[in-house]
Amino acid sequence: MSELEALTRVLPMVGAEPAILDDERIAHVVGQGHRILSRRSVHGLRLDLEETPEAIVGKMTVQAGVTIEQPIHMCFGLAHPTGSQTIRIDVLVEEKATARVLSHCLFPVATAAQHRMQAMIDIGPGASLTYTEGHYHGPHGGMLVIPHATVKIGKGGRYFSDFSLLSGSVGSLDIDYLVEVEEDGIAELAAKIFAHRSDRITLKEAVMLRGERSRGLIKTRVVLEDEARAEITGITEAYAKGARGHVDCMEIVQGRAQASAIPIVRVFHPEAKVTHEAAIGSVDKKELETLMARGLTPEQAVEMIVSGILR
Amino acid sequence: MTGSLLDIRNLTFSAGNQTILDRFDLAIYPEEIHALLGANGSGKTTLAYLLMGCEGYVPSAGTVLFAGTDLLPLKIYERAKLGLTLAWQEPARFEGVTVREYLSRGRSEADPKPALVQVGLDPDRYLNRRVDKSLSGGERHRIELASVLSMKPRLAILDEPAAGIDMLSINHIINVIRAIKDHGGAVLLITHQEEVAAIADSASQLCNGRIVYSGDPGHVIEHFRGRTCVRCDGEVCGYVRA
Repeated sequence: MSELEALTRVLPMVGAEPAILDDERIAHVVGQGHRILSRRSVHGLRLDLEETPEAIVGKMTVQAGVTIEQPIHMCFGLAHPTGSQTIRIDVLVEEKATARVLSHCLFPVATAAQHRMQAMIDIGPGASLTYTEGHYHGPHGGMLVIPHATVKIGKGGRYFSDFSLLSGSVGSLDIDYLVEVEEDGIAELAAKIFAHRSDRITLKEAVMLRGERSRGLIKTRVVLEDEARAEITGITEAYAKGARGHVDCMEIVQGRAQASAIPIVRVFHPEAKVTHEAAIGSVDKKELETLMARGLTPEQAVEMIVSGILR
Repeated sequence: MTGSLLDIRNLTFSAGNQTILDRFDLAIYPEEIHALLGANGSGKTTLAYLLMGCEGYVPSAGTVLFAGTDLLPLKIYERAKLGLTLAWQEPARFEGVTVREYLSRGRSEADPKPALVQVGLDPDRYLNRRVDKSLSGGERHRIELASVLSMKPRLAILDEPAAGIDMLSINHIINVIRAIKDHGGAVLLITHQEEVAAIADSASQLCNGRIVYSGDPGHVIEHFRGRTCVRCDGEVCGYVRA
């Protein structure tokens, strides 16, 4: 089996089909380690990526005023048990352009490997980027996954991100996102993580509401079982008139897992407002008892509640 | 009347040093709708939680037989598998769970539509909604009743099923209660609302943890309305002697 086949055959685990690579209407990049196995661009999209011994490096530009109709698929991963992958990418969504990126991070057989993503994302005035990142890991754990990104949202720009890690055991995950939002801009960051075994999760998301009437939402859902650990930090700072932010973190802890949530909200303008809510604990007793009163066993009830939270 | 479906005898439950249910007796028969009326704090909801086996609700004395089976040692889901269920006064919200999933309870063969129609909700509009904060209180109550109905229970405990329901929709709730009976089930109907209690076959008034009056629903409603409680002398149910 080729490396390309080894990676793309697990695409369904993150909700995509291998056939997307054959569709000429759909832009894609497939990277194994520091090699680019497949790529395609479409009208209005420039993909300037190159292979180096240390990283896949480059820039993706959505040209001004262009709407990329089909999602851009970025498939990165390792087809082998060990290895290292670093992606350094600048993403520019020019003025009034719109794009959706589906990033698939695939590590089906990794046992001792590293995946590092360093992204600089610049969303121009009136532009919009929806970034959905799905991870698939095998059952072995042992990975070190380090996605870091800095996002700048221009006047009236929009950025929606949705990170999910719902299958397999990751090992160690260290997410660090910083988002700066200008006037009338919107940033919504969602993350859903199901951690097992000895997984270690560190998630830090910060939204800086710099511009007037800027909006920010950080929504995190983490379920932990076995010996897993998580530390979730959601930071929102509001600096301008009419800025509004909210941090919403829920962690469900099962078995001997442990979790902490650190919502940090700061307001530097009298007409700005930031709210937060955080809940950590076992599955809600009333939800559990309600489902058991309909005949579900405790295990079935927990599964329904957890799968809903992580949806 | 044949043998009772639910037979509660001498049931006693205390929280701290306060007795919530005091040597409580009640029998409910198959296909019977029994209304339980009582002032706030009289012990109605505690009784519901005890019967369902909710965590922390273990009686200090008494027996509960359900279709001849001793209910008290059983866990909630074991009681549910016998055909007993409870609709909470304040139903739980489930983030991310759709109405379809909630009503189907993981059974792919289940058709949740008839139960939704029965409670007056359009399946096309509601099946893909989430059972979360986006539903109004009234909508959530109706979905809770649809969930109970879809179980075809032998005994449904409905705790204030019409709370938060507008007057125009009360008939849907009454229809559900009757539908449970039509399916061969019995209902323990905990309610403050006289128009709902009036559809019962029998009724009791609970005060200070004990049944103080039983009989025809009309008489019990009148008794409850008149606050002619002889037991607590008005301290609990509000009746003050002239």
